[in-house]
Amino acid sequence: MMDALDIFASAGLWAAVLRIATPLIFGTLGALISERAGVLNLGIEGIMTFGAMIGWMTVYHGGDLWLGLAVAALSGAVFGLLHAALTVPLGLSQHVTGLGITLFASSLSYFIFRLAIPVSGSPPTIVPFQVIKIPVLSDLPFLGEAVFSQTAPTYLAIALALVIAYALARTPLGLAIRIVGENPHAAEAQGIDPIRVRIGAVVFGSALMAMGGAFLTLAAFNSFFPTMVQGRGWVCIALVVFASWRPERALGGALLFALFDAYQLRLQHVVGKAIPYQLFLMIPYIMSILALLVMARRARVPQALMQPFRRGER
Amino acid sequence: MNVPVVLRLEGITKRFGALTANDDITLELRQGELLALLGENGAGKTTLMNILFGHYTADAGRVIAFSRELPPGKPRAAIEAGIGMVHQHFALAANLTVLENVIAGTRPLGALGLGSAAARTRLAALSAKFGLAVHPDARVGDLSVGERQRVEILKSLYRDAKVLILDEPTAVLTHQEAEQLYRTLRGMAELGLSIIFISHKLHEVLAAADRVTVLRGGKVVAERRASETTKDELAELMVGRRVARPHRESQAPGAIALRASGIDVGTTLKAIDFEVRAGETLGIIGVSGNGQHTLVRLVSGLERPTAGQLELYGAPAPRPSPRGFVAAGIGRIPEDRHADGAVGEMAVWENAVLERVREPRFSAGGLVRRAAGRAFAREIIERFDVRGGSEDSPIRLLSGGNMQKLILGRNLAESPRILIAAQPTRGLDEGAVAAVHGEILAARRAGTAVLLISEDLDEILALADRVQAIVKGRLSPAIPVEQADPRRLGLMMAGSWEDAA
Repeated sequence: MMDALDIFASAGLWAAVLRIATPLIFGTLGALISERAGVLNLGIEGIMTFGAMIGWMTVYHGGDLWLGLAVAALSGAVFGLLHAALTVPLGLSQHVTGLGITLFASSLSYFIFRLAIPVSGSPPTIVPFQVIKIPVLSDLPFLGEAVFSQTAPTYLAIALALVIAYALARTPLGLAIRIVGENPHAAEAQGIDPIRVRIGAVVFGSALMAMGGAFLTLAAFNSFFPTMVQGRGWVCIALVVFASWRPERALGGALLFALFDAYQLRLQHVVGKAIPYQLFLMIPYIMSILALLVMARRARVPQALMQPFRRGER
Repeated sequence: MNVPVVLRLEGITKRFGALTANDDITLELRQGELLALLGENGAGKTTLMNILFGHYTADAGRVIAFSRELPPGKPRAAIEAGIGMVHQHFALAANLTVLENVIAGTRPLGALGLGSAAARTRLAALSAKFGLAVHPDARVGDLSVGERQRVEILKSLYRDAKVLILDEPTAVLTHQEAEQLYRTLRGMAELGLSIIFISHKLHEVLAAADRVTVLRGGKVVAERRASETTKDELAELMVGRRVARPHRESQAPGAIALRASGIDVGTTLKAIDFEVRAGETLGIIGVSGNGQHTLVRLVSGLERPTAGQLELYGAPAPRPSPRGFVAAGIGRIPEDRHADGAVGEMAVWENAVLERVREPRFSAGGLVRRAAGRAFAREIIERFDVRGGSEDSPIRLLSGGNMQKLILGRNLAESPRILIAAQPTRGLDEGAVAAVHGEILAARRAGTAVLLISEDLDEILALADRVQAIVKGRLSPAIPVEQADPRRLGLMMAGSWEDAA
């Protein structure tokens, strides 16, 4: 029998880590961009659910997998526009609006799903994204199996994290997003329109969230069920804090959380039934809380997060 | 004179409802000129500058910059015409670096790079040219107020501003920082920039400006060359009547009310000794940030001495607690009235009773006696001439001077035995300063022991009987105010009190 520590030596574990981390990377990046511009989007849980549903539905009705991902992103953008319209120009409470969108989008997902797919014993399936073995690199011992044998959206997520990290730090658009999230009045005095920047950030961020949800039905599984997001959205919100609002750390945080999750799944097999499996399920969350305790104290919160901007007011 | 006019405001009128904030104002600025816009709070200075910069749209009149009329209500157009504005409340992002604050919005949003290297060189050149030293990679939140103001000015210069407007630039600066700023502005004017600064401080206007335009009640009431006018004339023009700051009369002090012997508080205050007697004012002079904040907390019951002893009326002070100290007859005027003195969203009457709401006359059985609270507030409003709102208006609607009068009133209405006044006139205009000084002197006459903490030399010289300087958490020995002059106080504030003696 495998020892608890031997698990770390299996390439299978690390491949699973990347797979589990993918929706978290999308979701965390989405939440992060929106928050860097000063808008908290608690609609994430519902937007991920809707993305999972609509992406799957597109493919189920004959669409291409990439079309499914794109439709999911579009749906996320629409919910993002709704959230932004309510919270940015109108300045409504970001918490309440976000939670409302989660409830709305989750219920709507199930409603549409049930309208389109009658209740049946086993849920219908699609053919999901397949593993792409990157030539040469996937032949590397260990690393080849752990890192370079993933589905396309996983590679995309990692690339996005790096691109967004660069964009936030090194481009005028990234600087505009950051200054709007720190002090929208300063942005306005520099000729940047805080309202437009915020709406844009929320819409783009929400599209990423929905893509994270779609990964679940288009790559990780092959069917949709309404509870499948299972709090991943909330984990993303926590990961943003853990990452101190920095994309490269968000990537690390998502991988760390995924590691706990992948590890506990395997640990269940090693330890067997002596310990109730529910305890193992808790491990990633407990570890996240501990990690948050350490990291969040040093976190640098965007100063204007959750503060509505109104022209001509201070 | 054939120096070109760079900026001309013509017949600017702006109404807010029934109030005419600007009434047919015409103003000219020439190249290389330092123009001061002088007026009391509410005279319309800030409104005028906001129209010029395009934050507001005027009801009538035109703004002409470099012979071209500016479209109304467009800050971008003003920026592009070479007008830069430094607001009284800085518009800076604290978590971003100096460089990031300066270059935000200067490149198209679609660009792939920030062009940091070029921006850095340009910023360094501007810093050197205008004497505005500041580290480009410093986080703005870590900078002092004076340095932040430099960043604000650099932001405008970086965008090729030829005309610079500064709204109350010294309101938040220490005395030294203010002098430094005016030297810098003078240098900038000599290099060809044209500058308008808004102020209500007469000595600054006289010392720094070439020309002074006085605004009162939304109208231009006078224009003078700074070299051809006096403080008294300007004060009268600004207020519309003669204002004399009240005069301190000598009187014999009574028993010791408050005494500190050898007090340390952490590392911020070291071996503090002072005493204040009934009917006497002790002035503590010093540049902000030398331990005044902790000193005020100490005598307000918010801080516990780590060594030494605090005595009230000849007996050891009770365990520090704000309520206990209020009950012991200590009235407090906090340094930052918005942060510590008042709760902006709460009504005037609620703010009036805030410190004493537990007393039986203001509450019974866990319920607030609103009628008694309102009556108390009305009494203060009447006695201390608080204007701009009733007892039921939110206190944030009051001007700084009126808010300060309310805070002063809620303390003095109770005839405190000790009054702690920390920077009591910071940011107030001439009329309000005279009123606040009058009340502090009246309290002293009535036998209150006053501890006045201020960085304003004139204020200390006008109000205090004895003066101590605070430097890096230490207090100098006290000298009688008769022996104090600006030079000697300056030496004391620099920490060389042996030389000053």
